[in-house]
Amino acid sequence: MPKVGIASYGITKFSKDDSKIESVLLKSTKNLFDNSPNLSRNDIDAVLISTNNNSKYLSAILSEMSGIEPKIAHSIESLCNSGTNAIVSAYSYIASGLADVVLVSGAERYDSPGQILEWDNSRGEFKHPIFWASIFTKAYKREFSITDEELAIVPVKNHKQAQNNPNALSEKTYSLEDVINSKKLTDDLRLLDCSRPCTGGASILLASENTCKKFTDVPIWITGIGQKTTSAGFTKNMSFSSMESTHVAASTAFEMSKRNVKDIDVAEVHDAFSVCEPMALESLGFTDKGKGMTMIKELYTTNNLKINPRGGLIGSGHPLGATGIAQTIEITQQLQSCANKRQIENAKIGLIHNMSAAATSSTVLVLER
Amino acid sequence: MNFESELKKGNFIIAECMHCQKIIWPPSEFCNQCFNEVSWRKGSHEGKIIEFSKQNNDYFCLVEIENTIKIMGKLSAGVPNTGQYVKIEKCGIKDENYYFEMSVI
Repeated sequence: MPKVGIASYGITKFSKDDSKIESVLLKSTKNLFDNSPNLSRNDIDAVLISTNNNSKYLSAILSEMSGIEPKIAHSIESLCNSGTNAIVSAYSYIASGLADVVLVSGAERYDSPGQILEWDNSRGEFKHPIFWASIFTKAYKREFSITDEELAIVPVKNHKQAQNNPNALSEKTYSLEDVINSKKLTDDLRLLDCSRPCTGGASILLASENTCKKFTDVPIWITGIGQKTTSAGFTKNMSFSSMESTHVAASTAFEMSKRNVKDIDVAEVHDAFSVCEPMALESLGFTDKGKGMTMIKELYTTNNLKINPRGGLIGSGHPLGATGIAQTIEITQQLQSCANKRQIENAKIGLIHNMSAAATSSTVLVLER
Repeated sequence: MNFESELKKGNFIIAECMHCQKIIWPPSEFCNQCFNEVSWRKGSHEGKIIEFSKQNNDYFCLVEIENTIKIMGKLSAGVPNTGQYVKIEKCGIKDENYYFEMSVI
């Protein structure tokens, strides 16, 4: 398959701003153009939008506002992993030869309709994500004898790491006691265990191998892609203490990249809630089942930023349609050695894990310098 | 018969594919394996708690019915445990959401 690379990116600060979705899309696109002096509007063959916002025709609107007249223009929605789905679509357009340069722009508002999946009636009246997160947390704690206090390390670590991310929603650090004493949403979930919906945008430019070099001296290559959707309904999950779709997507991505989990220097994983981080690390193969918290504790105590250096979703905030793109930008910056205070020394291979609706769907990307 | 119109009346019915001998959940007009039209029958009102948690004073449970169907519902009586059997006491549609109220057997 022809090589496809990341040629540029742009991002906004994640906030609680009451901005129009079109304005959020435009801001990160403008930032991408600011970062790409050699990019002309005529270079762009396709504009793909990632959002759960219900506004219509956003790709054509962003194109018009940016002065682009693309051949291909449409939106992509897949709840919380819309961002990496859009990147995979961009990859496919380029690999197939239908496009040479694709702009992917993701955005969300703090009041996104994507937080609730109305269709999933098997959740009864418990459709808010805090309920599936409570079931996951309870099941995980039960199966592996993990305590709330142990899980609280995840938000402590990720808020701390977010303080070195200038675009993060979080602006302070928290102690284990702060997490435990934060508002109790259910018996198994506290407010600080949750990533927060917010307003934010992230854009990325993908291009074919030769064209990539026109825009950047340090292209980052997408060498592995794995995706799996096991169902749409939360209750269809076979396990509530592991992520089947993540496990399958990771195997596919590693097979495509001819890499394995030991090769990964840095990763962004989808910590929508505290329990998701250890579950994701286990399902991706970073550690054995039930050992995710041991790994996270070790990383935290040694100040190792390998997992979620930008603060993950808990620290950065979770503007659904922008999240997967923001995760991919972080890994790109890490591999380009321009992640400033978040930099993992000598990072050459990175991984992105982005999932939807209680892990019923996952995307895993492997990126290489 | 239609799942939602029956649920509105407080009846819990199950879609079954006679061809594949399989319960279709979430309820649908067609089998997700062979696309034949499903048959409807009264569903068991008994299930087993797979997992549970609590919000304020209310327990909510993930319950498995007829070894296939998993739903979330509120426990209106009793203290839950995993593996514990429960009975659907009430079900219906409220504010466009399904609801199931269960009690420990």
